[in-house]
Amino acid sequence: MSFGTLDRQKSTSGLIMVAPSMAILALFVLWPIVQSAYLSLFDWNLLSNKQQYIGLANYAAILGDSRFWNALWTTFYYTAMYVPGLVLVALVLALALDQKVFGRKVLRPMFFLPSITSMAIIAIVWRFILDPDVGLVSSWLSDIGVTMPDMLRNSSWSLPTIAGVSIWRWAGFNMVILLAGLNTIPDSYYEAANLDGAGAFRKLYSVTMPLLLPSLSFVVVTNIIASFQVFDPVYVMTKGGPLFSTEVMVYYIYYEGFTLYKMGYASALAYVLFIVIFLFTLLQLRGFVRGEERVGY
Amino acid sequence: MKTKRTPGMWVLFGLLVVALTVSSLPFLWMILTSFKTDRQILGQPDILLPLQWTLIQYQNVIDQIPFFRFLLNSFIFAGGVTILSLFFDAAAGYAFAKLPFPGRDVMFYLVLITLMIPFQVVMVPLYLLIYHLHSLDTFWGLILPRMTNAFGIYFMRQFFLSLPNELLDAGRIDGLNEIGIYRRIAVPMTTSALATLGVFHFMYNWNDFLWPLLITTSRDMRPLPVGLALFTGEHVQQHGPIVAGAVLSIIPILIFFLFAQKTFMRGIALSGLKG
Repeated sequence: MSFGTLDRQKSTSGLIMVAPSMAILALFVLWPIVQSAYLSLFDWNLLSNKQQYIGLANYAAILGDSRFWNALWTTFYYTAMYVPGLVLVALVLALALDQKVFGRKVLRPMFFLPSITSMAIIAIVWRFILDPDVGLVSSWLSDIGVTMPDMLRNSSWSLPTIAGVSIWRWAGFNMVILLAGLNTIPDSYYEAANLDGAGAFRKLYSVTMPLLLPSLSFVVVTNIIASFQVFDPVYVMTKGGPLFSTEVMVYYIYYEGFTLYKMGYASALAYVLFIVIFLFTLLQLRGFVRGEERVGY
Repeated sequence: MKTKRTPGMWVLFGLLVVALTVSSLPFLWMILTSFKTDRQILGQPDILLPLQWTLIQYQNVIDQIPFFRFLLNSFIFAGGVTILSLFFDAAAGYAFAKLPFPGRDVMFYLVLITLMIPFQVVMVPLYLLIYHLHSLDTFWGLILPRMTNAFGIYFMRQFFLSLPNELLDAGRIDGLNEIGIYRRIAVPMTTSALATLGVFHFMYNWNDFLWPLLITTSRDMRPLPVGLALFTGEHVQQHGPIVAGAVLSIIPILIFFLFAQKTFMRGIALSGLKG
């Protein structure tokens, strides 16, 4: 079989068309992940520009760094509040708007309006609303005689508040994904359940939930991964404070890398985060593969 | 699907309206507050409606921060990324879907691997790279790493896979070369996919915060979210202008949203796939 002119033209054109993208991805994603591993072996301050190879010393330092353990714990704590809260709100909204309720076509876009806004800008707005002196919520509460704690300057309230704002921002977004999942459930299943005399809760348990499971697990896993990357609301609302109570991993990496300019140490921290995220990504991939098997690819 | 008007549905409707009020309150508050006087903002925060409507906060935001400069920066950054990324994503997606070339599978695996690397993990070396390219605080520095996107390539490939080969062969019979077939036949048939991906790219970059925070160092280079956030850091007391700025910054994306609501919803559902 000869390599025809057409085949040659196709392969040349193909190479020309992927070349720019491959070059960009190689330079700006693949190379940095390799570079990151290399940098993590150095003690390197960008300000003094002293660069010294120290092997795995950065990683050893991380193990003894109480601020790292705090950041890791804070991140997990954030995940533990954000993910269940978000899934619950998004699920309830999706189930409600999947009903043939009056005004659903207008309500759906209204609910995902927060999702089109910038997290940083909306976090500024929330900070004002929650302000203990001139905020809307505290002034309403004080009108009825309730004193609200200073949500963002109180170390036990600060992280739950940030998680709450994130849930508010992302609920509509995930609602749309769950609504798409609900749409794939055939009406005939519900009709069959009706014939069997199943009530609303029975239908929810035995029909809706099992069939929604792929979308639901997708929402859970992607949001766990996203919650490990939280930064914007922390930067805008608390800067990691008070008393490091909101210093999540990405904020700590940012602090070491871009306030202290300790590039080696920040890279090592980033690699530790990468490993944590990667484990959950594998979980997501397993879900994808199983999902594809189910639809028969 | 017909709307049911049973009592249960009216209860559900009522609950949804309550939920919507909670969900929309920040928007309502920021819009109304942007028309209040400083006196009311500081003195009577419990009254939602402006006692005396004023445009002074809008005047203040324009006087105190280079708002239109931030707006322009946001347009150049988000618009530049969107146009370039659509161009490269579509070309690569088409080649992966329709043109056999040596090393195609290996390269496609590399694309999938890059999908699994979060930006936060590579931000330090990426910053150093831009620094070494002497592109800190420039639009190039902001746009360069985003000129293509693994998710975009994957997304476009899926769309091009669904194009029938017979259509492309018809172009070959008419004597078009491969690039011509792509431009004249394949691209015009995927405009809705391109629009969805474009909305996704634009929204993501318009709202992005951490990357422009790292790369821009002078005030005049900052896109809106970074510009407003850093201004708030410096002048915490001035709620009025910040809220007016926040309202103004949401207007462009809101208009975009109102016009392309369907594409937007699809884009939002799809960007969930990005993980």
